[in-house]
Amino acid sequence: MSPELLKLIFGRLGFESLPLHEPIVVGTFVVVALGGAALLGGLTYFRLWGYLWREWFTTVDHKRIGIMYMILGIVMLLRGFADALMMRGQQMLAFGGSEGYLNAHHYDQVFTAHGVIMIFFVAMPLVTGLMNYVVPLQIGARDVSFPFLNNFSFWMTVGGAVLVMASLFIGEFARTGWLAYPPLSNIGYSPDVGVDYYIWALQVAGVGTTLSGINLICTIVKLRCPGMTMMKMPVFTWTSLCTNVLIVASFPVLTVVLALLSLDRYVGTNFFTNDFGGSPMMYVNLIWIWGHPEVYILVLPAFGIFSEVTSTFSGKRLFGYTSMVYATVVITILSYLVWLHHFFTMGSGASVNSFFGITTMIISIPTGAKMFNWLFTMYRGRIRYELPMMWTIAFMLTFVIGGMTGVLLAVPPADFVLHNSLFLIAHFHNVIIGGVVFGAFAGINYWFPKAFGFKLDPFWGKMSFWFWVTGFYLAFMPLYVLGLMGVTRRLRVFDDPSLQIWFVIAAIGAVFVFIGILSMLMQFAVSLLKREQLKDVTGDPWDARTLEWATSSPPPDYNFAFTPVVHDNDAWWDMKKRGYQRPLTGFKPIHMPSSTGTGVILAGLATAMGFGLIWYIWWLAAVSFIAMLAVGIGHTFNYHRDFDIPAEDVIRTEDARTKLLAGAK
Amino acid sequence: MTIAVNPTQTGEPVFYLADEHPHPEGYSTSLGFWIYLMSDCLIFAILFATFGVLGGNYAAGPAPKDLFDLNLVAVNTSMLLLSSITYGFAMLTMQQNKIAQTQMWLAITGLFGAAFIGIELTEFAHMIHEGATPQRSAFLSAFFTLVGTHGLHVSCGLIWLVTLMVQVQKFGLIEANRRRLMCLSMFWHFLDVVWIGVFTFVYLLGVLR
Amino acid sequence: MSRLKILALLPLAAALSGCDYVVLAPAGDIAAQQRDLVIISTVLMLLIVVPVMALTVLFAWRYRQSNTAARYEPEWDHSTKLELVIWSAPLLIIVCLGALTWMGTHLLDPYRTLGRIHAERAVDQSKAPLEVDVVALDWKWLFIYPDYGIATVNELAAPVDRPINFRITASSVMNSFYIPALAGQIYAMPGMETKLHAVVNHAGTYKGFSANYSGAGFSGMHFNFQGLDDKGFDAWIASAKSAGGSLGRSEYLQLEKPSQNEPVRRWGTVDADLYRLILNMCVETGKMCQSEMMAIDAKGGNGHEGLNNTLPLTYDKYARRGTVLGPEPTFVAGACTPDAPQGQTTASIKAPADIAPLTGAGLKRPTFTPLKSSSFFLGLRPKSDS
Repeated sequence: MSPELLKLIFGRLGFESLPLHEPIVVGTFVVVALGGAALLGGLTYFRLWGYLWREWFTTVDHKRIGIMYMILGIVMLLRGFADALMMRGQQMLAFGGSEGYLNAHHYDQVFTAHGVIMIFFVAMPLVTGLMNYVVPLQIGARDVSFPFLNNFSFWMTVGGAVLVMASLFIGEFARTGWLAYPPLSNIGYSPDVGVDYYIWALQVAGVGTTLSGINLICTIVKLRCPGMTMMKMPVFTWTSLCTNVLIVASFPVLTVVLALLSLDRYVGTNFFTNDFGGSPMMYVNLIWIWGHPEVYILVLPAFGIFSEVTSTFSGKRLFGYTSMVYATVVITILSYLVWLHHFFTMGSGASVNSFFGITTMIISIPTGAKMFNWLFTMYRGRIRYELPMMWTIAFMLTFVIGGMTGVLLAVPPADFVLHNSLFLIAHFHNVIIGGVVFGAFAGINYWFPKAFGFKLDPFWGKMSFWFWVTGFYLAFMPLYVLGLMGVTRRLRVFDDPSLQIWFVIAAIGAVFVFIGILSMLMQFAVSLLKREQLKDVTGDPWDARTLEWATSSPPPDYNFAFTPVVHDNDAWWDMKKRGYQRPLTGFKPIHMPSSTGTGVILAGLATAMGFGLIWYIWWLAAVSFIAMLAVGIGHTFNYHRDFDIPAEDVIRTEDARTKLLAGAK
Repeated sequence: MTIAVNPTQTGEPVFYLADEHPHPEGYSTSLGFWIYLMSDCLIFAILFATFGVLGGNYAAGPAPKDLFDLNLVAVNTSMLLLSSITYGFAMLTMQQNKIAQTQMWLAITGLFGAAFIGIELTEFAHMIHEGATPQRSAFLSAFFTLVGTHGLHVSCGLIWLVTLMVQVQKFGLIEANRRRLMCLSMFWHFLDVVWIGVFTFVYLLGVLR
Repeated sequence: MSRLKILALLPLAAALSGCDYVVLAPAGDIAAQQRDLVIISTVLMLLIVVPVMALTVLFAWRYRQSNTAARYEPEWDHSTKLELVIWSAPLLIIVCLGALTWMGTHLLDPYRTLGRIHAERAVDQSKAPLEVDVVALDWKWLFIYPDYGIATVNELAAPVDRPINFRITASSVMNSFYIPALAGQIYAMPGMETKLHAVVNHAGTYKGFSANYSGAGFSGMHFNFQGLDDKGFDAWIASAKSAGGSLGRSEYLQLEKPSQNEPVRRWGTVDADLYRLILNMCVETGKMCQSEMMAIDAKGGNGHEGLNNTLPLTYDKYARRGTVLGPEPTFVAGACTPDAPQGQTTASIKAPADIAPLTGAGLKRPTFTPLKSSSFFLGLRPKSDS
């Protein structure tokens, strides 16, 4: 075939795009391919495709979508963590003239991919998954406001993840750092597909995130059950509301800034170029106007989880509910006024720098108040050390250190000496792992019995806990130390042999965390095997306080046979205390949204379009775009998107639960 | 939430609704659409900010006063404003359940919208032909992107409008279609408001500066 | 303050002896003041962090389920007094820290000229500070000493106790200029100038590097910074002078091509206008300087004439590279001849050196000289379609 024709069909994709010269990547590919083939073969053999498609992929049930988000997050955690291990290995070895085992081309992709994956495809899905699962249950709703949109949002997130994963084996990922600052990320200095993968993965996933944000805001505002005023909402719902407000008010900024970068890269405009009046500094500002709220998007729901967990396992009402809510709202607002602290060193004047430094510090006041609130929730409680509570205590002890170093970095002159150093790396891992990841794990251990009907195995859970916590300290405390020695981030090789010992300790810590992750997977497997022993028949295994525990574990498709009525912010606690009797008769048909495959198809087309644009395969991009329009418009011609669960089905489900409850007594 | 949560006669607190009605279809739609519009508004806000930062960087190239034909832009603006008015008429006739008239006003709105897009494309083509391409300077990059994004929105609105007209023809002014017309109405007026900003901030102030 | 400092340093020093904690034990007065700020803020925050951690452990232990002796009040969820304390305690700390930040940020503004050599000695106003122009290249550092007419790559030296004024820019991508022993870092960005004022108090050799990832050769982008006594510095200058060689525009264009792990290089003479041209991104012949471009833009652009003053780009640092859907890359042609670069005089114009105390200064655009409105393309190929 002529080269022109090949170019027309494949764009800039060719055999040389496959990283066959990188043994590590080839090895990974073989493992992934074998594993994937085994998985697909197994699914085919057991004839599970139809089941998966009907019951999971096309579902609009917020609970199943939530679970799928969690699975996505955990799968991507493995990828992101593999990158982390590679970095720790490289930095441990590359001393005394050794180049380590990763060349710059590979290493630079690894740290970029690590950051992007961990934030967008691990932390975000975990947080979104928990919100998706829990919020409608906590507010006594049957589903979210826009169930189809929810499915579509999830698959868009998957589409972004697929693009990032594709970059591992087809072409390369960005070599720019996770925020892809121009001019480095512009066409002149990053001409390859890496940055395009970055852009389109985030754009595709970003659409999903924004829509999911709109969806959850509407759900919380409109679908609360009777009696649940704003100030009677559970704290997790409050933090979810604030997080989704942040999502809606910040992700469009990311969308625009990436769109402008892609215009620079595809058509040669001059937004962020050095020449022709472009301003790279504007990119840095814009991306952080999104980037800083993003931090709070991740951590606020974690705060909510800790509030629920502390109060449940202390057997006590949450101390200072009102101030907790106000603290959350204040953090939400302030998170927009601090973005410049990420680049004090760009040369803004002292007044600007100190303004943003001080606003940053002010955020620590409501955060500190929250910390005290949890503390005084424990005070005069009866604390049960189940796994969620253990993660919470670990969080409280770890997060204050991260918060302290964060405020330290908010002092501009201090930032001048610590910016971009490993001290900074240690700081944000300290808050993200100590806050978001520990929070997600607390949430998983807390709500798992609700989602699946059995508790998670405590032994492997404790293994995971201790390995994670010690691993975290081993991995990141040395980085604080190295930061004070003036060691900067993203270095591939080192001269000074006295630093090596610290990197070795950090690498050992990473291995500990790895064992922690494996233990967690083990915990899931063991719990599945021992599910009869760990079974929760009551629907309320922790003697908890909020509405999600009022229904069965796992909840029926319709969540609640009758919409609950709420009188107190610990609604379920109040119901238990005042002798609530579960209704046994009078069931009626329940109106529910029906499943649809449109979300999967649209997201698949969006991903294909992204792939076409990345590789300059214009026909693919055009065809998928037009198909997307057609499918989208076609979907609007379907006016019948819901159905009634017949009363008999409701009666059958509820009777089964009655029997189960009777058996438990 | 006005549903009574008072204790029953026996004094027992009510913990669930024995007799409930599901939320009507589209219960959250207008709120959701508003929130979407606000997120879209943020997109424009960032593009305006970008134009504000880069709008004076001509790279020794042409400035707004050399490029903009205010007469043409005024005609263009009136197209969009008129389309908003006619959309308003469409909504009024929709209230009165007059399908044919609603369709007519929607069609007129679409024609005005198409005229707007046509004039805008002519303006772009003229500028590009002159050599004032988006690549020439940061000012032109920001200009084409801001105005082009607005144009893209209007084009999407047109596609939506045509789709809705087909749906109204096919299914009549049923509740779902009324809701959709309402959403498009908000979208259309929103674009009008954004255009006022573009007209003032980009064109008028641009020529003045 | 110094007692506090020592106290805070003690445990650190004990635990970490043997390593080079350059951020905590720097050799320059600015870095030392920044270190003080790090330590004071840490101590201030420990005032609240330590009690919180202690209380966490205490409560977690005392109110465990098995300790039935502890009080249990499941309904207790509010106390106005406690709420006041938990909001005001962090607030008080932040008020202190905020005041400290405001003062520290202004006093240690990198744009601010130095007021003192070290804690006990004011600046000797009679002695001129050392001027150094810094250029971050891919992937090496170019230092130009305008007062001495020499230039070096990946080697920097300064006399002890003499203030140094750095003017910093970059050739292509963002870097960050950082010598931990001397002073905090500041970004080096193409087409823009940042400033840093610092002084080194102790003779010695210290590390300097880029602290902002800039591409493949980033890891090797470091240099040694030598603090020398006056005699040593003079000798160093003399040796650089004797190295011979001359760094002009064409040599620079060779030098700025990407290269990794560059050894130290020195030039005995340097084009006096070079730094200005680098900053204005017009070292290449025929390219319009940013200063000129901004002057034109400030006057409202070049009008329709400005549509024809771009030329196809033939020189690029990596390759001649356009975008896939865009037109061929171009550059804006300068209105000057190669033999007489415009605005020769601007090299000696300096931005106001002293900024009033406690005001700070914003990031300055490069200085420019308004150009006489001449627009001719002598000896330059006109754009093909015009």
